[in-house]
Amino acid sequence: MISRLKWRLHGYNRFHFYLFETPFRTAKPYSSSRSRKFIGHSKLKIIVCIRRVPDTATRIKIAPDNRSIEMSDVEYVINPYEEYALEQGVQLKEKHGGEVTVLTLGPEKSTPMIQKALALGADNAIHLKSNNFPDDPSAIARALAAELKNHQFDVLLFGKKGVDDDNHQVGEMVSELLGIPCATQVVKLEIADGKAFGTREVEGGSITVEISLPAAFTGEKDLTVPRYASLRELVAARKKLITIKEPQPFPALLETVSIQYPPPRPQGRIIGKGVEAVPELIKVLHEEAKVI
Amino acid sequence: MVQGPVLVFAESLGQDFRKASLEAVTEGKRIAGIVNTSLVAVAIGNGIKDRTSYLGAYGADTVLVADAPELKTFHPDYYRTVGLEAVRKVNPGVILMPATSSGKDLAPRLAIHLNTVVATEATKLDVEHDRLVATRPVYAGKAFLRVTMKSSPFIATLRPNAFNAKQAPSSKTPHVEELQFNKPQSRMTVHEYHAHAGKKMDLTEANVIVSGGRGMGGPENYKILEELAETLGGVVGASRASVDAGWRPHSDQVGQTGRTVSPTLYIACGISGAIQHRVGMINSKVIVAINKDPEAPIFGFADYGIVGDVFQVVPALTNELRRYLGK
Repeated sequence: MISRLKWRLHGYNRFHFYLFETPFRTAKPYSSSRSRKFIGHSKLKIIVCIRRVPDTATRIKIAPDNRSIEMSDVEYVINPYEEYALEQGVQLKEKHGGEVTVLTLGPEKSTPMIQKALALGADNAIHLKSNNFPDDPSAIARALAAELKNHQFDVLLFGKKGVDDDNHQVGEMVSELLGIPCATQVVKLEIADGKAFGTREVEGGSITVEISLPAAFTGEKDLTVPRYASLRELVAARKKLITIKEPQPFPALLETVSIQYPPPRPQGRIIGKGVEAVPELIKVLHEEAKVI
Repeated sequence: MVQGPVLVFAESLGQDFRKASLEAVTEGKRIAGIVNTSLVAVAIGNGIKDRTSYLGAYGADTVLVADAPELKTFHPDYYRTVGLEAVRKVNPGVILMPATSSGKDLAPRLAIHLNTVVATEATKLDVEHDRLVATRPVYAGKAFLRVTMKSSPFIATLRPNAFNAKQAPSSKTPHVEELQFNKPQSRMTVHEYHAHAGKKMDLTEANVIVSGGRGMGGPENYKILEELAETLGGVVGASRASVDAGWRPHSDQVGQTGRTVSPTLYIACGISGAIQHRVGMINSKVIVAINKDPEAPIFGFADYGIVGDVFQVVPALTNELRRYLGK
C-alpha cells in the first residue's frame, strides 16, 4: 500500500536552474501579451492548488512561547475553500474531458490529504515537499508560481483563503506573478469556447465576469458541494502518481510579534423565560447596553 | 521605521464612499499623526469627483481621484493599474484599504508587485518601536495574531466595523489631484453588479443582525426574523446549519466558512452556538440569544438570553419594539 512516488529529473534540473536565475525575485509588471495561451482543444487542463489545514472544529491552543499555535491533537483536512475548488475542477473535467492536477506545498504529512484529493477525482498530484517552508503568503505564492511556470493549463483554481491563517492572498499573488487574469470569490463557474463565465460574490450582491482562458479563480463556499470518496476510490487513489519536488526557497515577509486569545466577554445573563421577558430585554438593551 | 505618507484606498459605492472607506481614512489619519506624515486618499469610482471634500473632512491632506466609467465596478486589472500609479506617485510607507471583497482582492495584487505582503482584516493598528503592528484574527477569530512586516510599504486591509469613522476636528479642504487612468489590456470583462433582491446591505456592514439557525425549522419561518430586522434597521443572517439545509443563501452565513461580523447588536434566534458560528459573531458589541434549550452553548457567551420559543418571543419582541420606537 505504498504510494507510487516518482522524481522527475527534468523538474529537478529546472529547480537548480531557478536557483541561479530566480526569475520571480522581483515581480514583473502585468502584461497580457504573454506566451501563455489557451491550449485550444476542448479538453481542459485544470490545476487546483490545495493545502492541509486543521479542521474547523479544532480548538486552538497557543504555545507557551506566545508566538505559535500548538499543533498536537489536531485533525487535518483539505482547506474547505480548496475542496469546493477541487470539486469544481473535477466537475469541469467530467463535463469537458481533460485532466485535474492538484498542487500542494507542505510538509511530508500532507500525503494523506493528497490521497484524499486523488480519491475525490484528481488524476495526479505535485507535492512541493518541505517541512519548514515559511508560513507566509508571499513566499508560498512565489514558490507555487515558480512551479506553475513549468506547466501549461487552462484553468487554475484556488480557495479564496485558508481557514487557518485567513490570509486571503495566495491566489491573487500567484495570478499576478503568472500574468493571468484572476476572478476571486467565485460562487459559479462555467466554461465554453475557451472562455470562462464566473459569478463573484460581493457585498450585498454579485458581479459576473467573462474571461478568456487561461485564467485563475479563487473559490467561495457556494461554488460546489464536495462529493464523498468511496472506499474503492480511496484505494484506487493510491495508484495515482504523486510527483515530489522541493519548493524553491523564498523568505517570509510577515513576522509574528505575538498570538493572543480573543478578549473574554463579560458574563452574560438570562433575562427570563418566554414572551414575558420581552419588555425587560428592551429595557436592558436601552438602559444598560445602550444599543437601542 | 515608517517612511513616506499613509495611502488609503477609498472605495466608492455609487456616488458615495463606503462607510468602511471612511473608517480606513480615519485610521490612516491617526497613524499619519503618530508617525508625523501626511495622509493621501485615493478615491476610485465613477462620478465621485465632487465628493472629494468629504474625504478631507475625515482627515485626507491630499486626494488622488481616479474617476472613470470603467472604474464604476471593481475590475482587478483596472484597479491594480490605478493602485500602482498612486503608489508610484506617492511612494507611501503605509497602505490601508477596507477589507471588503474588492480590498481583499486588490491588496495582495499590489503587495506582490511591490515585493511586500498584506496584514489581512486587521482589527487594530499600533505603532511600536517605530514600526506598525497589526492585530488580526486567525482561525476565524479563535486567536489574534499581532504581525509586523520585514518589507515596505506596510499594507493592511481593515475589517469593516472594527474601526471608527470620525470627522477630523480640524478639517480642511484637501489638495485634489487627478490620477491618470490609462485603461490596461485585460482578458477579463466585468459585467454589471447585481444587488441581491431585498438586501439593503452586506452583513459585514450592518449595525444590527438578526440571525436564525436550525431552530427556525424551515425557510418560510424567516419572515419573523426579517420583520424584526426591519424594525431595527438591520439585516438577517443565518447559521451554517440553515445554509447547508438550503433555507438561506450562503451570503447570509455567519461563521467560519461564512461572514465574520461585528455589529452593534446581534440577535441569535434558534442558534445553538457551535464554535464555527461563535467565531463569526463573537466580536459583536451586544449579543442576544433566544433559544428554547436552556443548555444551548449560545447562552454561555450571549450578553442577554431569553429561554423560549422563537416563534412566540420574536414576534412579541418585534411588536414591543415597534411600539417602543414609535414605528
